[in-house]
Amino acid sequence: MEDILFKLAFVLYFIAAIMGICGILKGGKGSSKIIHLFVGSGFLMHTANIVYRYIAMGHLPAVGMHEASSFFAWCIVLLFFFLKYRYQIGIMGSFILPIVSILMLIALISPGEMRPLSPILQDYWLEVHTLLAFLSYAAFAVAFGIGIMYLIQEYYLKSRHPRELFQRLPSLQVLDEINYRLIVIGFPLFTLAIIAGAIGAEAAWGAYWRWDPKEILALIIWGVYALALFVRLAIGWKGRKIAALSIAGFSTVLFAFFGADLFLKSIHTFS
Amino acid sequence: MKILAIGLNHRTADVEIRERLAFNGSMVEEGIFGLKKLSEVKEVALLSTCNRVEIYSHVDTATASAVEGIKNFISAFHGIQRDVFEKSLYIRAGSDAIRHILMVASSLDSMVVGEPQILGQFKEAFDFALTKKTTGVLLNRLMRKAISTAKRVRTETRIAENAVSVGFAAVELAKKIFGGLSGKSCMLLGAGEMAELTARCIVRSGAKDVVVVNRTYERCCELAEKFGGRPARFEDFLQEIVHMDIIICSTGAPDYVLNKEEMKAVMKKRRHKPVFIIDISVPRNIDPKINRIGNVYLYDIDDLQGVADSNLFERKKEVEKAERIVDEEVEKFIKWVPSLNSVPVIVEMRQKAERIKEKEIRKFRNKFPDLDGEKMRSVQQMATSIINELLHPPTVALKEEVVDRDELVSVIQRLYGLNGHENGK
Repeated sequence: MEDILFKLAFVLYFIAAIMGICGILKGGKGSSKIIHLFVGSGFLMHTANIVYRYIAMGHLPAVGMHEASSFFAWCIVLLFFFLKYRYQIGIMGSFILPIVSILMLIALISPGEMRPLSPILQDYWLEVHTLLAFLSYAAFAVAFGIGIMYLIQEYYLKSRHPRELFQRLPSLQVLDEINYRLIVIGFPLFTLAIIAGAIGAEAAWGAYWRWDPKEILALIIWGVYALALFVRLAIGWKGRKIAALSIAGFSTVLFAFFGADLFLKSIHTFS
Repeated sequence: MKILAIGLNHRTADVEIRERLAFNGSMVEEGIFGLKKLSEVKEVALLSTCNRVEIYSHVDTATASAVEGIKNFISAFHGIQRDVFEKSLYIRAGSDAIRHILMVASSLDSMVVGEPQILGQFKEAFDFALTKKTTGVLLNRLMRKAISTAKRVRTETRIAENAVSVGFAAVELAKKIFGGLSGKSCMLLGAGEMAELTARCIVRSGAKDVVVVNRTYERCCELAEKFGGRPARFEDFLQEIVHMDIIICSTGAPDYVLNKEEMKAVMKKRRHKPVFIIDISVPRNIDPKINRIGNVYLYDIDDLQGVADSNLFERKKEVEKAERIVDEEVEKFIKWVPSLNSVPVIVEMRQKAERIKEKEIRKFRNKFPDLDGEKMRSVQQMATSIINELLHPPTVALKEEVVDRDELVSVIQRLYGLNGHENGK
């Protein structure tokens, strides 16, 4: 039952993402209403799936690559809807839904059976750590999408020959502002996630910080977004450089999220 | 008889020369009377705007000597050596001059084709010449033709949309940079029709805090008042742009007034706040390299036109259509001019016929003194009819366009034994 909900959610997101990409290729002419309808119904099913898993297992469904990717995608869609109502940017889905679809695809191909959480990780602080980390990742993911939109719009303005898509993309000012706000929200959440994680780690392994590869990656991510905030507030950097930093930051997030599982020997994997 | 158009514009002369040769305020009146006094000049009108200075005249000597006279006058009037401005002048005579005048009035010779202000300035210049009585039949007719042609161009083509859409495009771009224009600050650097038009579009869209910078402080205050802004000195403009969001530049200086290094320093001072610069000047006043600096968006007038009408082909088609209208009207005017030219011959021919008629009728009355009034009137009517019938073909021929009109005129003079003075040369 919950598996069908997940698959339906995946299909609906996927269709919406394809429509969004076609919309971009057609110069932003596609209707965002239908896309939002698809994402909306997908989100309802996705939410039902996650709630079901939460109740069934009694902990946040972020164990294993399937749950982790799926929950990551869910957080992004949640944030997407929040931003959609706040800023009314129809074209935003075209840039964010592909990320959601890829995460859902990874979740789809990963084994989806529900597994109990190992007793060592059953800790209040670690649950807080997981939730905060995912929410901050979602903020960074959306900031990444917004950063790409910024770079495209800036390219159009700089080239002096704006195309059709130019009309549909929001102004640089708005994109820069959203990007900034997402980092302002994501960064403290991420910082708290690290702190909660350290407290949880002390309880689980007896050490706050152990220089595990994933911990080092987390530090790098933290450093990138700290830099983005610093240059903005102290030097006044705006626009392209901040957009580029949020893209670099999210690339690190992705590497930490998947790469740590695939390439690095870390105790901090999802599987 | 010749029509002459002598002048310079934004393409042929930089702002310095344009400013030195401009006729401002009372200089127009002095200038136009001075020109009228020249022995070569029969009629004259004077158009002086920030982008052009043009003298339209009807001369009755050879072109070369009239041109010399006018050049000498300009030199003496403005106290400038002839070689300073001579190479910037264009000289059009005859049908070229007529075409040029029609093109100018129709805004086809403007920096931004289709901008609406030039027609108003043209009308003003014409009205002024009319009230000062420096123009006559020919130039009056030509000026009216230019105005009606401009109106035809405006209604029958879409070139007027071009200028409006350039201002509109600037607003659209600004909105894509700043989100909205309300509360944004705007600087007008220099002056010029298109710059003012663009500034007005931007101010109407909500920009506040308008600063006007101009080399001549007087003009600066005048413009500032027009936009409800404040004037600033040219020397201070680098300090001023630190606080500006939109800069419209149209100084017409011969080289860059703002280079990349200066702008980089400005960006640092304004903490990299985005800035939108519109360079309307010809030649460019802002180093194009500035566009490479982050958060600086530089557009020149061609870029704006490109944005306004991404379909360049369409615009070219409209301009071509407008030029065809101008050509048509030039042709009509040229056809009309010779009919003016041959009028004296026609009048003379008719006067001679009238004289013959009067003489013959007098003779007839002496021969038949007891003829009653009604019969006498019939005879008179018959004589008039004969004259009309006979003179109709040559009159039509003279009014029609023929290859060698002068020859026709002299043939008629010889055939009818008219006292052969040259007509209208």
